Amino acid sequence: MPKDGGIGESTLRREDIRFLTGKGRYTADISLRGQAHACFLRSEVAHGRINGIDTSAAEEMPGVLCVLTGADFTEVGGNPTGWLVQSRDGATMKEPKRPVLAHGKVRHVGDAYAMVVAETYEQAKDACEAIVADITELPALVDLAAAAADTANRVHEEFDNNVVFDWGWIEENRAAVDAAFASAPHVTTLELVNNRLSPNAMEPRASIGDFDSGTGDYKLYTTSQNPHLTRLLISAFVMGIPENKLTVIAPDVGGGFGSKIYHYGEEAAVLAASKKINRPVKWVCDRSEAFLSDAHGRDHVTKIELATDKEGNFLAVRTETLANMGAYLSNFATCTPTFLHGTLMAGPYKTPHVYVNVKAVITNTVPVDAYRGAGRPEATYSLERVIDKAADELGIDPWEIRRKNFIDPGAFPYTTPVGLVYDTGNYHATMDKLREMSDVAGFEARAEESRKRGKLRGFGLSTWIEACGIAPSNLVGVLGCRVGLYDAATIRVNATGNISVLVGAHSHGQGHETVFAQLIAEKLGVDAKSVEIVHGDTSKIPFGMGTYGSRSLAVCGSAMMKAADKIIDKGKKIAAHMLEAAEGDIEFNDGSFSVAGTDRQKSFAEIAFSAYVPHNYPLETLEPGLEETAFYDPANFTYPAGAYGCEVEVDPETGGVDIVRFTCADDFGNVINPMIVAGQVHGGVAQGIGQALLEGVVYNEDGQLLTGSYMDYAMPRADDLPNIDVDHSCVTPCTHNPLGAKGCGEAGAIGTPPAVVNAVIDALHRAGHSHITHIDMPLTPSRVWSAING
Amino acid sequence: MKVTMTVNGKSMSAETEGRTLLSSFLREGLGLTGTHVGCDTTQCGACTVHVDGEPVKSCTVLAQDVAGKSVTTIEGMANKDGSLSVLQQAFQTHHGLQCGFCTPGMVMASAALLNENPHPTEEEVRHYLKGNICRCTGYHNIVKAVLAASGADSQKLAAE
Ligand code: FES
Ligand code: FES
Repeated sequence: MPKDGGIGESTLRREDIRFLTGKGRYTADISLRGQAHACFLRSEVAHGRINGIDTSAAEEMPGVLCVLTGADFTEVGGNPTGWLVQSRDGATMKEPKRPVLAHGKVRHVGDAYAMVVAETYEQAKDACEAIVADITELPALVDLAAAAADTANRVHEEFDNNVVFDWGWIEENRAAVDAAFASAPHVTTLELVNNRLSPNAMEPRASIGDFDSGTGDYKLYTTSQNPHLTRLLISAFVMGIPENKLTVIAPDVGGGFGSKIYHYGEEAAVLAASKKINRPVKWVCDRSEAFLSDAHGRDHVTKIELATDKEGNFLAVRTETLANMGAYLSNFATCTPTFLHGTLMAGPYKTPHVYVNVKAVITNTVPVDAYRGAGRPEATYSLERVIDKAADELGIDPWEIRRKNFIDPGAFPYTTPVGLVYDTGNYHATMDKLREMSDVAGFEARAEESRKRGKLRGFGLSTWIEACGIAPSNLVGVLGCRVGLYDAATIRVNATGNISVLVGAHSHGQGHETVFAQLIAEKLGVDAKSVEIVHGDTSKIPFGMGTYGSRSLAVCGSAMMKAADKIIDKGKKIAAHMLEAAEGDIEFNDGSFSVAGTDRQKSFAEIAFSAYVPHNYPLETLEPGLEETAFYDPANFTYPAGAYGCEVEVDPETGGVDIVRFTCADDFGNVINPMIVAGQVHGGVAQGIGQALLEGVVYNEDGQLLTGSYMDYAMPRADDLPNIDVDHSCVTPCTHNPLGAKGCGEAGAIGTPPAVVNAVIDALHRAGHSHITHIDMPLTPSRVWSAING
Repeated sequence: MKVTMTVNGKSMSAETEGRTLLSSFLREGLGLTGTHVGCDTTQCGACTVHVDGEPVKSCTVLAQDVAGKSVTTIEGMANKDGSLSVLQQAFQTHHGLQCGFCTPGMVMASAALLNENPHPTEEEVRHYLKGNICRCTGYHNIVKAVLAASGADSQKLAAE
């Protein structure tokens, strides 16, 4: 049995109480004394030269306190690229400048070029409309292939074309891959689009800048998944404020899904404006503005080829991708299509030869960056779709072709041809589990029943693997990453024995306050109620790398375990003194320190008290206090994996797709809170179904955003989704972190899209439409109908 | 102008402009920030409150049009002793929330449903919640929570 409130228990979330009673404190809920309000003026054209901006009328408008434009930020730095990728020829990628406010040129609809600060938001908005900008419109580059080919029209004129890098992974594999294709008995080719998505966390971004002229300190409240990184970027790259003079606070954050990892110009702008007017400056994004300014996700055009023998054994995989970067390089935009995508192209399969080519293209669209799964959904989608197509061409069952190519459970650690070392896994087990859950035997009867109602039923399978908790710092540094990817935790045992844990991970829906407390409770043998988790404030926490890429538990949780080990070690020293025993004889079990083989013991609370009230204490050899910090840099990624099954009904009359059954069998390693893990999978699956059936950012050829609000960007609502059947009983613990934990947050978004599309294609094939081999996402009724009738 | 209304059983007033929406009147005028704003097109439901017992998206009505009426917000939904009401408790028990941003609107919409129809089917719950977007939960656990709370004494849904 799990310990009360400890590991393995579905402890209810403590944070829910405040969220359910309206007491959550999100950035937009904060009102500082004397705060003024900011509004940004954003480009209405996709590409244009700024000849001049006349702010004089706006400055005279009621309530206006200041107006800033790009000219006010020419003395400071810009928002940098966090990852420098090398091209195949060894050249370092192009790194276009990204100023705080656009200067000289606007490069996408929504590119902010002026900011008004006024007494009220409405006044600021009114004044924005009084700014007169002279902008010469330039031709917009929207189509990926056209932008890649165009050298005359360039988004950033300092470069000779719009391709920032041409990356090959792994370049040394290329000849062997080409040779495998040349001699392969069978080659399956598929061209597909991974549709551009808008993350749409329900809480719009918001920031408050607060400069204190008395101390020279800056404080930024902001909707961030990653407050320390935001501080680092503003300090070291953008504004040059010393890190110790800038505090970044990310309070309750209403979802991120990647879109709040990055630093955005608005954050620097509210700080600069606050200093200028000597008052706090608050900006709250509205939803239409969010569509124009939050980083989008995905947006790849890929050609994938799979070489097999006649029996369906995989011989080689080769891909060519154009990745849309948008108008600027968002912080981690370059690592998504490369190191998070190319390195996953082996999937859970023992394909001997793999080569991935990616060209990153700048266009006049909103910048793209990591969105739930980041690169891994794109890799999985390409691979799982081409495998189904190959199975169809070869006449092999989709379960069978995957099973025969899986890396065997006995083969770990397994080095893939794309450079990862999978430490552990059992792909057969998750697929067997899925088969059991999916009631494969009953499918024909269900399909027959659907047929009677004029519907086409299909089943789609996908197996997925991801690399979570990107690491280690040494390796990512060699690959071009400009930061380290460790995490940190401090455990502060207070004098009366309750515990504050200061963590570098950031919770924006993942339930850290509950799960991390469970970990500490179990490890230190205390009641979870006595453990408090503190996150999201750079002034309290030593350092942290935030939450993304399903890293919180595996990386920050491991840092917590390391810090807890230090607490226990120090506790043993104190106990040895108090119990007059040798330190080596002290055992720590279930919250108390005892002398081995005796009943002499001291409770955790007694040790803590003694550390803070050191009356009988070995002061010559031991410092008072009981507080320890640990930094943990993982030795490797973690590799969760799973198998997803989707059953659909297609209405041939309308092309409408109804998901009637969705089943997930995952291996997340050791699970701390099963309830929360299931919730993470549900959310990921919903976003995956959204990508497969509904969502897609659409630009017209002039670069105008046609999906600029919730009226025209479709997201799943309650009646678009089925119940989602989740199992995580297949467990192969991670071998290199102390928790044996992997990651679960992105799984649904990775495994789901190919399962849904495979299911629709299967339904169409069963109904005799065997010529339809692919439909691009989102599979809207009109696309499916056109495929059937086209 | 000064607008007065009964909010969670108490008479409250604040100065507003004619264009002030009920959502900003509650949030900025009265400091009741539990009502959230997630969109500007009346699509997401994060701002749902009850006006004279009916669910209303507060980002779509002018505060002055609600003058004199009775408004219930998420801040008025817990039991008198501060503990979670049956519906709120069901959301916690069934993990019907993650980031919590859609949650006030979800609770208010679900309470309105259960007032209208104390024993909805799963399909009816999904249909009723169409006007509220949750980006985190996939709705699975929200639907579970509402079904679990259904049939409860409707007086307990909003403890006023
Ligand atoms: S904020 Fe009112 S419906 Fe979205
Ligand atoms: S819990 Fe985050 S949007 Fe619903």
